[in-house]
Amino acid sequence: MGEKVLMRGNEALCESAIIAGCRFYFGYPITPQNEVPAYMARRLPEVNGCFLQAESELSAINMVWGASVAGKRVMTSSSSPGISLMQEGISYLAGAELPAVIVNIMRGGPGLGSIGPSQSDYFQATRGGGHGDYRTIVLAPQSVQEIADIMIDAFDLADIYRNPVVVLGDGVIGQMTEPLVLPKPSTRTLPRNDWVLDGASGRDARVVMSLRLSPPGALETHNLHLKEKFCEMERNEVRYEEYELSDAQLVIVAFGTAARVARTCMQKARGLGMKVGLLRPVTLWPFCADALGALAEQRRVKAFLTVEMNLGQMLEDVRLAVLGRKDIFFYGRTGGSVPDEDELFGKITEVFS
Amino acid sequence: MTQKVIIAGFGGQGVILAGKLLAYTGMVEGKNVSHIPSYGVEMRGGTANCAVIISDQEIASPLVVHPTSLIVLNKPSLLKFEDSVTPSGRILVNESLIDREVKRKDVVVLYVPANKIAEEAGNGRSSNMVMIGAWLAVTGLFSQKTIKESLPRVVSKRNLRYNEINERAIDMGYEYAKNAG
Repeated sequence: MGEKVLMRGNEALCESAIIAGCRFYFGYPITPQNEVPAYMARRLPEVNGCFLQAESELSAINMVWGASVAGKRVMTSSSSPGISLMQEGISYLAGAELPAVIVNIMRGGPGLGSIGPSQSDYFQATRGGGHGDYRTIVLAPQSVQEIADIMIDAFDLADIYRNPVVVLGDGVIGQMTEPLVLPKPSTRTLPRNDWVLDGASGRDARVVMSLRLSPPGALETHNLHLKEKFCEMERNEVRYEEYELSDAQLVIVAFGTAARVARTCMQKARGLGMKVGLLRPVTLWPFCADALGALAEQRRVKAFLTVEMNLGQMLEDVRLAVLGRKDIFFYGRTGGSVPDEDELFGKITEVFS
Repeated sequence: MTQKVIIAGFGGQGVILAGKLLAYTGMVEGKNVSHIPSYGVEMRGGTANCAVIISDQEIASPLVVHPTSLIVLNKPSLLKFEDSVTPSGRILVNESLIDREVKRKDVVVLYVPANKIAEEAGNGRSSNMVMIGAWLAVTGLFSQKTIKESLPRVVSKRNLRYNEINERAIDMGYEYAKNAG
């Protein structure tokens, strides 16, 4: 194991991206992720990479398109309002099957909202985000160590599926400083980049596009091809973590920062004899519906409690997984506020009584 | 052992740095640590705070609702956080800038003339380090040696020139708290 270092989430994700081989970063500043462009501006030139501050998020995501189509590992980052501006580009990346990593360190919305931490882009991230029939893998870290580890995976998954991957953190994850061991580069065998546009001398020309007008039905054929990829992601990439679920009567479902607050409350409740467990989705899409469905089938499980930093977005996926088999409760804080330990504990007690 | 510390003051008083110093020292001493700064809208003259957890156990929530220690460098911070401190917790008050006593009766309070001591150490701006020294004396959590070794690892390069003054401020804060206790 490597040496422990103390880093901010926003900086750890950058160093990890560089370890993953990312040499291109395009972005536009916004709180609470400004340490990302600041770090990349300093660090990428040291590894012969390219940092470029774009004139807008629209421009940044299309620069990502450019580097990706040339076969390079590339990322951008922003926070909620900026990510909204990038949605057209993300849809184009998905349509053209181009890999890229997009980091969203979420803040409160709608609109310019606030700079406080939030999880209110769950819907946007897990439903594709832009127009058209597509999905992106969404990875939701809960710690500085995990956001660093996840970046290595994010670049691999983007390459494996030729699809944008979203890393969905919140202001707490980005701003928080914790010890971590920087991850090692991936040793995974990746598919050959036989689609890259890097000059056609000596070979046939290649085309990468997102517009499919002819022959008739071309787009539907393409959509069905994409669907196969999305199904494969659902089969292979669902990730979640279980805490004290073996005897749980109440199952809390929470991700990211909300999951950590939930764990504190879970421990407190267990200390008082309440059998509370936690299921923490790590991939928000594909979602751990099967694991939740299996829990809903268990007689000892009486209810579910979804905890989020929004008004109830993952709640809908929990409902779809539980399918009315058990009661589902919700506790959330929104508008840049974080879940309150005392309030959440009160909610757990209320559900138990 | 779990210590949850909130350090709060004006932007520019170095509360974020003081928190980072505690977190770094905790890491060096083999503890689990987390550090969250208030971020964004704060600037010099505004209020700033950070939450640090140092624990033998794995840290679940890094957010601090009820600190076991509150270190306040200015009056608005005392007003804001006094009620949140856990019963029998500690409040360390920078007496140089705070002309109000702690109202809580169920906490341990230490008043430290941090700016005055920092001036004596060589720079009034090291009041954050004075408070860290005092906190060290009352909690006994780390050795003065480890915290001083950690100092150059968290201070920005351009402020390394104040290292000697900062070390002196930590020592003087420590001594003041020892004698006051």
